[in-house]
Parts: sequence; structure tokens; C-alpha cells
Amino acid sequence: MQAVPASWYLALSAVLFVLGVAGFLFRRNVITLFMSIELMLNAVNLSFVTFSYQLQEVNGHIFTFLVMVVAAAEAVVGLAIILAIFRSRGTLNIDQVNSMKD
Amino acid sequence: MDVILFLIFAVLAVGCAVNVVLQPHPIASAVSLIGVMGSLAVLYLLLGAEFVAAAQVIVYAGAVMVLFIFVIMLLNAGREERRGRSYVVRLLGLPLLVSLLGLLAVLARGLGGDTAVSFGNFTAGAGEVGRALFTRYLLPFEITSLLILVAILGAMVLGRKEID
Repeated sequence: MQAVPASWYLALSAVLFVLGVAGFLFRRNVITLFMSIELMLNAVNLSFVTFSYQLQEVNGHIFTFLVMVVAAAEAVVGLAIILAIFRSRGTLNIDQVNSMKD
Repeated sequence: MDVILFLIFAVLAVGCAVNVVLQPHPIASAVSLIGVMGSLAVLYLLLGAEFVAAAQVIVYAGAVMVLFIFVIMLLNAGREERRGRSYVVRLLGLPLLVSLLGLLAVLARGLGGDTAVSFGNFTAGAGEVGRALFTRYLLPFEITSLLILVAILGAMVLGRKEID
């Protein structure tokens, strides 16, 4: 069995995180923005698990578990907010939700 | 074998993540995101995190993404229009992203050290995770239940019909 350097896992996590940031910056749809946030959380989870392996401890797994719980709660509340936005404005485009700007 | 599995699922994860960002239709993004989460679950298994891999599949790829797809279908979300992007993002977005990636890559090289990951050297199943969760991390775990309660109440308040 050939071993994989831990830094490869961390690099993969970095790439996924940057892709999540890119989605958050460049997309217009609220739901897709939300999915980009989930992508970033997943990338961070991967580095938590990698560090957990590196230290041979279980703590990183606990943090990953807690991040999952927070992500689930965030998804529930965020999607309810998206539903409320859609009901009051009839759009999912983030650029049209700008009444606080003027 | 480890390297081959890592490369297959890393490429799959990055490809699906690129697809999440590029697809114009939200439902295609959601399905690609499920691909990312599935390949990450395999990588967690390679890292010896059995419990986290199972939770990833059940909680993320299962519950959270079902919620997303449900909302996409409920709102009948179509293709998004791609114009009217702000000048700041158009000018600075890509350079900032590339520099962020460079920074994170340097950090990854530094923090990775000379640890080599080989399957089977370190495994933490549900037993170890549960022992840590219910002894040392008992208080955060209990606070988590409060968080979920608040989230449920918030979703109910936000999701109900408007009161006249």
C-alpha cells in the first residue's frame, strides 16, 4: 500500500473551499449561493478529518460532527428564509433583493 | 491502491464542485453537490473516519440535500440570468480567488508536514467518537440539541403563512 501525503488532502480541501467561494461570489441564485456555503463547510470538514488523522486523535471527528449539525440547522433556517423571500418578492435573484440598499 | 483511490475520488470531488459552480440550473448544481459529498465520504473512509463517513452520507447527502432539492422543486427555480454582475466582482474576483488558493496551498504544504496517510493506520469508529462525545464534549453536544430546537422553531415561524 502506497501512502498519500496528508498535504494532498489539505490541498484538495483548499481547492474545494476556493470553488465554494467562487460560487458564492459569481452566482446570482440564492439557492446556489446556499449550496456554495455547504461546499465550503464540506471542504473545512475534510481538513478537520485530515488533522485528526495527523494527530491520531478523535477530536477532529467531533468537530466535523458539530459542523454537520450546524450545517443542517443552517440549511433548515436558510431555506425557510428563502421561501419567505420568494413569497414576498417572487424572485430568487439576489440582485433584486436590495431594498436596504436605497 | 491508496493513491489510486485518493486520486479517483479527489478528481471526482473537484469535477463535481466545478460543476456546482458552473451549472446554470440549480437542480444540476444540487445533484453535483451530492457527488462532492459522496466522494468526500469515501475520502473520510480512507482517513479512517468511519463514523464521519456514515454521518456524511446520511446527514449531508441524504437529509440536507433532499431539503435543498425539495425547495428547488417547490419554488420551481429555473435557469439563472447571467448579467448585471457588479464591476468589483468582475475586476477583483478572479485575482482574489487565485491568491486565496495560493495562500491556502502554502498553508496546506506547511501544515501537512511529513505525515503520510495510509488506510488502516488510524481508525475511529462510532465507539471512539461516542466516548469522546459523551465525556469530554458533553456540554457542546447538549448545546447542539438546543441549537436544533431553535432551528426547528425558526423554520416553523418563517415558513408559516402570513398572519393578517
